[in-house]
Amino acid sequence: MSRRKTDEEYSKTRAYRFFKWLKGEKDYTPSETKMDMSLLIPIADASTTVERMQDKQIAKERAYDEHSNRLLKFFNRMYRIVAVMFCIIFGALLIYNVSYLPKVGAVDRPTNNEVPARYIEKGIEETGAVNIVTGMILDYRAFDTFGESNVLFVATITVLILLRINKDRSRLSPVLSEDDPGAGDSIYEPKDDLILQTVAKFLVPIIMVFGIYVILNGHLSPGGGFSGGAVIGAGLILYVNAFGFEKTEEFFTEKTYKWISFGALTTYCLCKAYSFFCGANHLDSHIPLGTPGAILSSGLILILNICVGMVVACTMYTFYVMFRKGDF
Amino acid sequence: MDMVRNIPFFSIMLAMFSGPVCSVLPGKAARVVNAAVITFIMGMSAVLVCILNISGESFVYMMGHFPAPWGNEIRAGVLEAWMAMFFCVVMLLSVLGGIKKLFDEVVESKHNLYYVLVGLMLSSLLALVYTNDLFTAYVFVEINTISACGLIMIRENGRTIEAAVRYMVMSLIGSAMILLGICMLYDITGHLLMSNIKESVAAMTAGGNYPEPLLFTIALMSVGLAIKCALFPFHAWLPDAYGYSTVSSAAILSSLVSKGYIFLLIKIIYRVIGFEIYGDSGVIDVLFFFGLAGMIFGSVSAIRENDIRRMIAYSSVAQIGYIFMGIGMGTEFGMVASIFHMLSHASTKSLLFISAIGLTDVSDGSRRFEPLTGSAYRNKTAGLAFAVGSLSMVGVPLFSGFISKLLFAEAAVSLRYRMIPVLVVLGISTILNAIYFMKTVIRIYTPVENDSYPHVYLKDVPLYSVVLVAFVTLNVILGVLSDPIVELIRKGLAMFS
Amino acid sequence: MGSNLSVNYTEVIAMILFVTGFANLLLQKNLIKKIIGFNIMDSSIYLFLAVKGYITGRTVPIVVDNVTSVEAYINPIPAGLVLTGIVVSVSVSALMLSLTIRLYRRYQTLNLDEISTRLKREGM
Repeated sequence: MSRRKTDEEYSKTRAYRFFKWLKGEKDYTPSETKMDMSLLIPIADASTTVERMQDKQIAKERAYDEHSNRLLKFFNRMYRIVAVMFCIIFGALLIYNVSYLPKVGAVDRPTNNEVPARYIEKGIEETGAVNIVTGMILDYRAFDTFGESNVLFVATITVLILLRINKDRSRLSPVLSEDDPGAGDSIYEPKDDLILQTVAKFLVPIIMVFGIYVILNGHLSPGGGFSGGAVIGAGLILYVNAFGFEKTEEFFTEKTYKWISFGALTTYCLCKAYSFFCGANHLDSHIPLGTPGAILSSGLILILNICVGMVVACTMYTFYVMFRKGDF
Repeated sequence: MDMVRNIPFFSIMLAMFSGPVCSVLPGKAARVVNAAVITFIMGMSAVLVCILNISGESFVYMMGHFPAPWGNEIRAGVLEAWMAMFFCVVMLLSVLGGIKKLFDEVVESKHNLYYVLVGLMLSSLLALVYTNDLFTAYVFVEINTISACGLIMIRENGRTIEAAVRYMVMSLIGSAMILLGICMLYDITGHLLMSNIKESVAAMTAGGNYPEPLLFTIALMSVGLAIKCALFPFHAWLPDAYGYSTVSSAAILSSLVSKGYIFLLIKIIYRVIGFEIYGDSGVIDVLFFFGLAGMIFGSVSAIRENDIRRMIAYSSVAQIGYIFMGIGMGTEFGMVASIFHMLSHASTKSLLFISAIGLTDVSDGSRRFEPLTGSAYRNKTAGLAFAVGSLSMVGVPLFSGFISKLLFAEAAVSLRYRMIPVLVVLGISTILNAIYFMKTVIRIYTPVENDSYPHVYLKDVPLYSVVLVAFVTLNVILGVLSDPIVELIRKGLAMFS
Repeated sequence: MGSNLSVNYTEVIAMILFVTGFANLLLQKNLIKKIIGFNIMDSSIYLFLAVKGYITGRTVPIVVDNVTSVEAYINPIPAGLVLTGIVVSVSVSALMLSLTIRLYRRYQTLNLDEISTRLKREGM
């Protein structure tokens, strides 16, 4: 066989290139074709990686920074406008609704039905309490008050979890030092202030006596465990502020708090459980109601008031100590 | 029968009493007391379920010496006893499953405070289940909120405290709305006991008095409870709170806390307002719409996540959407489907959280998906449990998720206008669930060549493995033996109102 | 607009306070101001509830001189409910304030948005 074309001419034909491609040989020389591309992005070495990470960090910060991110600014402004409009519309709806409610102060409202009638008429003979509201919350609707004492208890537990500084230096507990910005109050004791101490010497016994009076008179006049306990708590806080933590620790330590609140809550729980159990099973609870108007009257209400008063006083003092110092 | 009537009262009192007791005991004793209390209440509730199932009627228990409108009362029927027992089971397994992580993440001296919170959370759930009085329900809703906040922030790093603040802000808005609704309802009816309110509301609607306040009250209470359950637009606090707290908190929060509020909402629908009147107001359509939106949005957000615990938390948003869709359907069958989904979700979500922590533990503590590759081979129980949970979430037969999806679809068929949206969104959400759950399951079962992380075997963590096996068994029981359970729910719902 | 708007003026004021507190709780950036907003909101609800018990011309429900007829005293129920509510409000305020103290100790700012942004940047 003979070829009509020479080698040179054949190497320029398409058939030659096709068969070459079929065999898998490369079809170009680097200097001749346009298909050769140089790497536009050089492979990064260590320094540029760090730079790129910093760029990413700057970009992230810029995304959240309001001044440079216009979209974020627009969103924030729209959010505030829509939120304020929503609140105004909500307020208008509420006022529109209130105008349809029964009249305040009228005698013929739906709420003046047989329920408060029995509380008023038979309250004193069924509960023995002269103060009808105390009789209602500690005898008729005692389960609600029991739940409410537990709300106070669980709030104290959460405040203790958050703010109590642990004695054990494990790796998990935060330790406050002097340079800690929020630690100012916890490190320093109250100063010996003359005015405060003189006034406290005079006032604290009066406050305590008043608090005890309010607790004991819960079923005879306005008062009760909650208000009396708050008054006693206020007296304790005044004492701590005037005389310092060391003097208060002579009679009120963490153990005191623990055992008072445990004892009071347990007594409350057991009294209430006994009362509910007897009531539901139609048993007679054998608790004397006494004469209305005397302090030792109205069955269990006096004991419950005292328990609640002690718990509330300890709780108020504990809140103050936890916020101020972090431990007793 | 007489002693049995005291069981609801004993359950609530015992759970509340365990609070102060655990606060004075050291950590280990508190753990034992807590577990003993939960087991005892579980046993008592199981007895109550059996006896009420046989006798077939609910009873009312006076709390105190005075009958209904003047004193408090609680009411127990088959549905309430069953929910109480189920809550106890899930809570016990969640607390036992997370004990090891509690030692790692929480300061030693605060362990007993953690068990106080768990005990009070259980008492508030039981009281919400059994109560027959609206104001008592509000007080226990507050106990629930504060205990849940404590459970979130027991871990004390920056992320959980910020999540706790966000949770409290949203929850307080919800609580205020609920209280405002209760006050208005008291104003127009004059009663606080649920049965009395229902009579008054029926008389009011028949007579045409106070229509606007009634509608407003229904709207306020429903929206308030929906905010607290993290329904779709109000779910911003949920991923942080569930994703970063310690694992038994995450399990308890996701399975039980929202379920208590949803049960209260169902109680309000049935026992306070009345099913027909509630359906006639437009509130149920709003809940339906947000339920549908939540189903899609929760799944879409979960797909975007790169962190396994936040992914599971976003999936919770979707599942709460399912339950509200069921309530929003407005039929009895929809309610049965919702309640069954409550049970199914409670058992599956805690299973997912507890098995996820097993998987991250063998991946050097990292929660991103890259290091989790092949972790199922390193901790076989956790991997298997996670796979079971994922299959249940997607809706594969044999597991509980399939039965709940089936019930939703069956309930939807009887509707007129809402059938098409329900079926379409159910299908789309199943596909979306499959995307992110199956992706994770495939990833954890992909073998890795040079596996440098430590392996964990059954004998190293016996309690954890037992808990996981118990959860898987619970899930399979709900999936296989679903017929008697659905019958029980239906019977309970019939005597509910 | 219903007919009782002028008679129920106490309740109207309570609702205005409620919306003020609600707006503060939602929109304020400072955590302490959010807590103040929450307190205003709760106090307004207790005002709303307490005024429901009032009946013109009658007095406090404490039995004096053994008079136990219904016409002499106001409705005692709302007063009891408000007592419970106030304790709940105090407890929640204490909890929120301790959360604020912890956040301030760690981040030295009271602005919740700034804390979230800082957490997102830390990439926890």
